[in-house]
Amino acid sequence: MTQKLPAEFDRRAFFTKIGLGSLGIAAAGTVVFTYEFLSPNVLFEPSAIVNVGKPENFAVNSVTMDVNSGIYLVRADEGFFALSAVCTHLGCLTAWNQDLGIIACPCHGSKFTRTGEKIEGPAPKPLPWLKTSVSDEGDLIVDRSIDIPPLQYLRI
Amino acid sequence: MTTKASRIVDKVRGSRVWRSVFRSGTGSSTLHRALAIQQNVFLHLFATKVRKRMVRFSSTWYLGTLTLGTFLILVITGILLMLYYHPSVPQAYADMKDLQFVVSSGLFLRNLHRWSAQLMVFLVFAHMFKVFYRGAYRTPREFNWVIGIVLLLITLLLSYTGYLLPWDQLAFWAITVGSNLSSAVPLVGSKIHFLLLGGNQVNANALLRFYVLHCVILPLAAILFIAVHFWRIRKDGGLYVQQSEPKTQAATDGTLPAKEVK
Repeated sequence: MTQKLPAEFDRRAFFTKIGLGSLGIAAAGTVVFTYEFLSPNVLFEPSAIVNVGKPENFAVNSVTMDVNSGIYLVRADEGFFALSAVCTHLGCLTAWNQDLGIIACPCHGSKFTRTGEKIEGPAPKPLPWLKTSVSDEGDLIVDRSIDIPPLQYLRI
Repeated sequence: MTTKASRIVDKVRGSRVWRSVFRSGTGSSTLHRALAIQQNVFLHLFATKVRKRMVRFSSTWYLGTLTLGTFLILVITGILLMLYYHPSVPQAYADMKDLQFVVSSGLFLRNLHRWSAQLMVFLVFAHMFKVFYRGAYRTPREFNWVIGIVLLLITLLLSYTGYLLPWDQLAFWAITVGSNLSSAVPLVGSKIHFLLLGGNQVNANALLRFYVLHCVILPLAAILFIAVHFWRIRKDGGLYVQQSEPKTQAATDGTLPAKEVK
């Protein structure tokens, strides 16, 4: 008399598991493949590192905006610092208002001080300070990809 | 004159070629008319028979049909606009201007596309309000309401992706702001933003991605869901009419919605 195998060793269940398992692996692979395909590996975007020129070009207590790179180069009494001009709300380009001495966003009315702190508006965060350095040629270099804690002035 | 014309029509409809295409027959009996609907690939989505009060203007204001009308206008004008539009930087802006000032009827087609798009969004909302306030979303039509929500989202996404294509300042900043909304998604927000734009900023990749979404992916999704939406009208017992389904009448009603299988 042959003894029947338990249900879990059933040949049909075994092949069903193999089939579903390989379909699952294929589906997961497809998700990874699609994600990788949709993420570009090479971008033709401007470099995050910007050369803003000689420090002497900036007067003391001045705010200079570079529209193309979206940064402010500020020369305060304490030294130089660079501020992102991209609003932390939804990414509009803010503008420096010389008369009021504030940075204002035209899209949804956020206002910031010269050091990036929010005065009013929907912006959730202050404007980030960007890493500044001096090149071997004596030019001011701003790295837009690196945020630094505020109030770290660059003294030259 | 009338008899001569109708004789010609009858002759055409009785011809072998006509009968090979439309197999419902030449008669005008109820059966023939029902078969004409049932055996047509496009019309078979709809019921072969509707109550007169279902198709009265007052019951729906024809808002759904009008929405379909604007969608068809958008598909036709959109395909024509594609013949002169290159989704590349900065050519896209120049092509848009060429459509306005150089291409014959280009201005008309572009404006027709734009105004139909505005009208479609308005009509979708009007249609939904009408359905909502009449209570036409209730059982057994609740799933068709959900499909309607999906169609609303597709309509809004079509509007949004189309907004970038002129590649002017308005388009650029609107998409900059709009795509930044996706960054607010917890954990994967910045990844979604990156995939949506194909980069970190609104650029040539973003223009191309929005173009493909606008011209291929979203319209195909819309057509698919529109088909299901129309088919469900029949499956859910036809267009909703107030007091059309009293419980006593329901038992003998031939147009009952499909019963849930227990």
